[in-house]
Amino acid sequence: MLAVINYGAGNLPNAVRALEHVGADLTVTDDPAVVAAADAVVLPGVGATRDTMQSLTALGMHRVLPEVVARGVPFLGICVGMQVLCSSSAEFGVHACLDIVPGVVRRLPDGQKVPQIGWNQINLSPDYAAHPLFADIPDGSDFYFVHSYFCDVAQPELVAARTAYGLDFPSIVIRDNLYAVQFHPEKSGTLGLRLLHNFVVLCQAAQLRRT
Amino acid sequence: MLTRRIIPCLDVKAGRVVKGVSFVNHRDAGDPVVLAAAYNEAGADELVFYDITASSDERAIMVEVVERTAREVFIPLTVGGGIRTTADMYRMLRAGADKVSINTAAVINPTLIEEGAVRFGSQCIVLSIDARRSDPATAAETGATWLVYTHTGGQPRHTGLDAVAWARRGVELGAGEIVINSMDADGQRTGYDLELLRAISAAVHVPVIASGGAGSPEDMYRGLADGNADAVLAASIFHFGEYTIGAVKDYLRERGVPVRQPAPPDVLRGAAQSPL
Repeated sequence: MLAVINYGAGNLPNAVRALEHVGADLTVTDDPAVVAAADAVVLPGVGATRDTMQSLTALGMHRVLPEVVARGVPFLGICVGMQVLCSSSAEFGVHACLDIVPGVVRRLPDGQKVPQIGWNQINLSPDYAAHPLFADIPDGSDFYFVHSYFCDVAQPELVAARTAYGLDFPSIVIRDNLYAVQFHPEKSGTLGLRLLHNFVVLCQAAQLRRT
Repeated sequence: MLTRRIIPCLDVKAGRVVKGVSFVNHRDAGDPVVLAAAYNEAGADELVFYDITASSDERAIMVEVVERTAREVFIPLTVGGGIRTTADMYRMLRAGADKVSINTAAVINPTLIEEGAVRFGSQCIVLSIDARRSDPATAAETGATWLVYTHTGGQPRHTGLDAVAWARRGVELGAGEIVINSMDADGQRTGYDLELLRAISAAVHVPVIASGGAGSPEDMYRGLADGNADAVLAASIFHFGEYTIGAVKDYLRERGVPVRQPAPPDVLRGAAQSPL
């Protein structure tokens, strides 16, 4: 069972619809115990890291999420669900995040419109081009972004793809069974659905290995 | 590189698309969900449903239309028309809309922009502005080259608001995007009001979406390249099958405007219904 965390994120219903569309057997939950017992976890998100951290902390997710990821349970963070994995964020004053991925959440540079809204390309790192998350997804494909902040990841080897917007920011992070994307796969058309499907397949493979 | 967006807009009344849409060879080309799916396949970057329904009963139908669309079409969807409160916004966002567009209600009550942005995030709030170039007497009186109009569906009235100043104020209040519709150009099919687009684009740091007046791919190119718009909204040019979205994108790409690449065919083949 894939647990989609409900902490009030605006894109939760659309993330759920997209995951269901690609065949995920999921439950929507705000219960850390359900998340701890899940075979896979998705953390959707829209909005600010500070609000998101407060909501996750109020639910007790700030304790269970690092533990779940450390156990190797497949995990997908989307947009702010990616950003809160970082060590800290500079959005509305510096504050701590989940500290699962070393790095800092920073504002996109001035010089172009912020937020970035629209379709932009993911440029895959050669080390990750053959990763099953990208099955049937060509390098340079367009995905739909809506964000003012990005993850400045401290370990470049975790960055599976970058996207150019004033700078080449990390748009996909992968570490073992942890996946995080800055764009919205649930709003990125067929390629977004394909990426979610590929994640679901990776979850199935991880589950088979455990049993 | 961030691509420029092509956004078809569908007028919906009581759950049916008004103004015939003839490009879809489908038995029910009046169904907004069918059309949304067709535009999605044709390469639309986003979709707008504009509810021109008069009664609140018919508005409830729109919620159901949005829900059905969100289950089948996975690109951004904006819903406009008749949204007057944050409760109205919530209903549409909950149903599956990604953004809501507000126009007259924001002029009457600007705090609606702020309330929506605080509650749902700026990325959800699109401020739509209907503007008309002032005649010399009005321009001298108001100091505004373009004035904001409301109630453009019926008896348009000007508000005395300068369109550029209103766009700036809307963004300060939390609007995440601006749709600028030139009432002079609307329906003329001779191109967007480029001067208006440039003035709005220079005034705000959020994406500006051009609306009203496109009659050809060249008009769209001008709106993006010369008007500095981030996206173009269009209705009739696509609805009657005169131009396809693909043809417009090819035209733009050839002229150096970055547009989204179509997804490879069959990208979802084999990617269906395999329960976790």
